[in-house]
Amino acid sequence: MIPTNSIGIVETQTFTFAQDEPFVLDSGATLQPVTLAYETYGQLNAERTNAILICHALSGSAHAAGYHAGDDKPGWWDDCIGPGKAFDTNRFFVICSNVLGSCYGSSGPTTINPAAGKPYGLSFPVVTVQDMVRAQVKLVDHLGIDQLFCVAGGSMGGMQVLAWAANYPQRTRAAIPLATTARHSPMLIAFSEVGRQAIYADPAWNNGAYYDQPSKPDAGLAVARMVGHITYLSDDSMQEKFGRRLHERERYGYEFHAEFEVESYLKYNGNKFTRRFDANSYLYVTKAMDYFDLGRDGSLSQAFRGATAVKFLVVSFTSDWLYPSYHSKEIVKALTAVGADVTYLDILSRWGHDAFLLEVDTMTGLLENFLGRLLREERDPSSAVRESYFVNGEGDA
Amino acid sequence: MANSLTDSVQLTGNGLRPDLHAIADLVPTRAKVLDLGCGDGALLAYLAAAKGVQGRGIELSEAGVLACVGRGLSVRQGNLEEGLADYPDASFDYVILSQTLPFLDAPQMILAEMLRVAQRAIISFPNWGYWRCRWQLLWTGHMPPGPDLPQTWYAPPRWQALTVADFLTFCQQAGMTLIHEVYLANGRVAPQVAWLKNLLATTAVFVLEG
Repeated sequence: MIPTNSIGIVETQTFTFAQDEPFVLDSGATLQPVTLAYETYGQLNAERTNAILICHALSGSAHAAGYHAGDDKPGWWDDCIGPGKAFDTNRFFVICSNVLGSCYGSSGPTTINPAAGKPYGLSFPVVTVQDMVRAQVKLVDHLGIDQLFCVAGGSMGGMQVLAWAANYPQRTRAAIPLATTARHSPMLIAFSEVGRQAIYADPAWNNGAYYDQPSKPDAGLAVARMVGHITYLSDDSMQEKFGRRLHERERYGYEFHAEFEVESYLKYNGNKFTRRFDANSYLYVTKAMDYFDLGRDGSLSQAFRGATAVKFLVVSFTSDWLYPSYHSKEIVKALTAVGADVTYLDILSRWGHDAFLLEVDTMTGLLENFLGRLLREERDPSSAVRESYFVNGEGDA
Repeated sequence: MANSLTDSVQLTGNGLRPDLHAIADLVPTRAKVLDLGCGDGALLAYLAAAKGVQGRGIELSEAGVLACVGRGLSVRQGNLEEGLADYPDASFDYVILSQTLPFLDAPQMILAEMLRVAQRAIISFPNWGYWRCRWQLLWTGHMPPGPDLPQTWYAPPRWQALTVADFLTFCQQAGMTLIHEVYLANGRVAPQVAWLKNLLATTAVFVLEG
């Protein structure tokens, strides 16, 4: 049964570009052609001013909301996208596209290389977050949208949001980076590298050439995902979720099985991940995040010097130790220094990095209010607060 | 009642606390304003609505920030020390610090920072020089809580008592110029007689320039 507040059945579409002219990447390498998988929800208005681009995280896809026919699980951010939800599809035209290098329909290592007639594997060029965004720009062009009402996303999605604001400020009216960073820290790079090493160490990985082999590097990918899951939780949330409980047993077995709940959870999720994600894509997407450093060519505020007209809502979560609040505060500091309009909140949460998907109530209120303000400003730039002030019945004038 | 020193204060017709109303009167239309410790954003929302002010706020509490966003305001969560440091010089016309001065750890630094980021600073604070405060200390031996402030001395946030006379001396020493002064007694504008101000005012509102 599809809930009534869902956007309903949705389909992934594809857009292919760079057929005639190659798409040049940050590395200097080229791709030709490039395909992006994407979904849209709601209707683009006649003025084409109500489009919101949602950017997904490491393992996400274009399927952000609604249900694929025959599926019983909705898209990854269905809590916040749909009719009457934070990103209200009765009002907004919501777009989500799969990033370059991923494995959910956009060009990546699993894509057939037209020159070789077989999957790219490791011959797929290394991409950056900025490359992902440049491809999204092509999609937004294709959809006939000059300026996005808003770009929003968490984690790696937040990095794309920041890249949009820094590199395409005139096309970004508002930016909502959540639980993210402007610069991948050494700790983040370290976790990425552990995940990649687990994949390299799996004999089935075969230097990335496993697509025609009987087995895939599932064991390596599963370990990479387990490390990931640990970093998305918090000490507190693991205490609550698992404690020291044993899984389907009463007492210690004094053997090397996954005895504890937490072990069984990691094993289950690691294995589940191998059925939906590609090991080479994991290498490419984590590498793209590691390269992300918006202030690389100077200071971070320099990177945002063109973004003074973009309205920002920056959100971090107190228990997120993967992208700790200070990362967001650095973004806020840089934006404040250039005079950008920035709202910042460090939401009290125990759920670690996962909080940006789990703190639904707080996030919904915050997003609705922020987007509501943007809508009022769009109608009359000078009266945004005035309108809300008197509508709320507080004023007597 | 934690605060027995003052008569109950009526909110003014526009729903603002009296000192906020006095502050709002001092802000010119269309000014760029930063409100430090802006709470639920009542003052900023009023200034934007009634005076077309371009407002920003810094607020420590999550509930406050959420309320501000609910009013359509642009507010940053954080403490004043780190928040103020991020703004370039002369980013604002006015910066406001309402009823927060006694709670600051480093008031001198904050006031200097305020006059760095804005042309003018508007500061309201409770006056422990108010005659009932003096009377309570003299007569009962108990330290009076601040007029219009409900906080006890032993619970956070901690406060530091100060008087109008203390603040005026400080401004003189710090080279800050007093542009305008308003004195409130129990929510009403008090007589502006020089030697009486420190005795009769429960709350002082000052406009300063660097």
